[in-house]
Amino acid sequence: MQRYTLPAIVLHWLIALLIIGGFGLGLTMVDIPGITPTKLKYFSWHKWIGVTVFGLACVRLLWRLAHPAPAYPSSMPDWQRQAANVLHGLLYVLIFAIPVSGYFYSLAAGVPVVYLGVLPLPVLIEADNDLKPILKDLHYWLNMTLLAALCLHIAAALKHQFIDRDGVLKRMLP
Amino acid sequence: MPMTTAFRIGAAVAASIVLSGMALAAMKVDPAKSSVSAVFRQMNVPIEAKFKRFNAVVDYNAARPEASKASVDIDVASFDLGDPEYNKEVLKKDWFNAAQFPKASFVSSAIKSGAGGRLDVSGKLTIKGRTADVSFPMMHKKEGANDVFDGSLPIKRLAFNIGEGEWKDTGMVADEVVIKFRVVATQ
Repeated sequence: MQRYTLPAIVLHWLIALLIIGGFGLGLTMVDIPGITPTKLKYFSWHKWIGVTVFGLACVRLLWRLAHPAPAYPSSMPDWQRQAANVLHGLLYVLIFAIPVSGYFYSLAAGVPVVYLGVLPLPVLIEADNDLKPILKDLHYWLNMTLLAALCLHIAAALKHQFIDRDGVLKRMLP
Repeated sequence: MPMTTAFRIGAAVAASIVLSGMALAAMKVDPAKSSVSAVFRQMNVPIEAKFKRFNAVVDYNAARPEASKASVDIDVASFDLGDPEYNKEVLKKDWFNAAQFPKASFVSSAIKSGAGGRLDVSGKLTIKGRTADVSFPMMHKKEGANDVFDGSLPIKRLAFNIGEGEWKDTGMVADEVVIKFRVVATQ
């Protein structure tokens, strides 16, 4: 069975690792009570991870547009192909929407993002106390949606690997 | 002495008292248009936060700028970082220690006039019970009936003990903090 191209595989796993790290860090940092240097450090790292995911997602989307995904096995029913397409589409939307919502949440809170503590990124909106809680909720719920979508994504991959045994997972394994 | 002459002298004396009184009286500061804020860097991220309550007194003498005086009292508990949790944090002992030092203040000791509305101000800045001599440029301009004074003053936060203990690390919060102000007043 045909595999994904090497850049597609590298980008998939790199983004996956960064998302898991950023997600864990996000939950950890908001649980630290009060304000501590560690908490502020985690906030910065979390934002840097988000910006990195966004940048890699852009590269990945362009790569994907130029390099179609390998075909599904012929044994795969139509509804599964459609479900897979919808889920992959949703994951693509989320890897853009989540960093963007977090970025604007930070700006609404009056905190610009300085990538890696070196590169100041554009301040596209002013601090906004009305928008801040809305973006906070949006960022949170987009992440919960990602968590649910990721569980389905992993469950489907495992089903293909261990139940269907159709080699779908092998197309993306490193 | 004819009555009219006496009256004229009396009127002139009265007018000069009124005029000199006006020149000495502090200007009326418009708190809604005036602002005092601090810009600090946290992991190189610039953050500007305002002091919402302060009392600025400006006694600007356009004819004799060196006779001008300026002072400001700042309620440190009014520092607004845009988040209630952060606002509570900065009142603690490590930061402003607002319970013991509720006010920060500046009192001018000399004001010199430069070119193009520039005034060189020096004076004493007190924050968290520590006083330092500072000097900074301030721009003066007329906007309609208002006198507008703009300026910024870079300070070192650690010189005033702002950020003690684990917050001393300037890699986390930079030592340099810029105090920015704008005072809008009318005569």
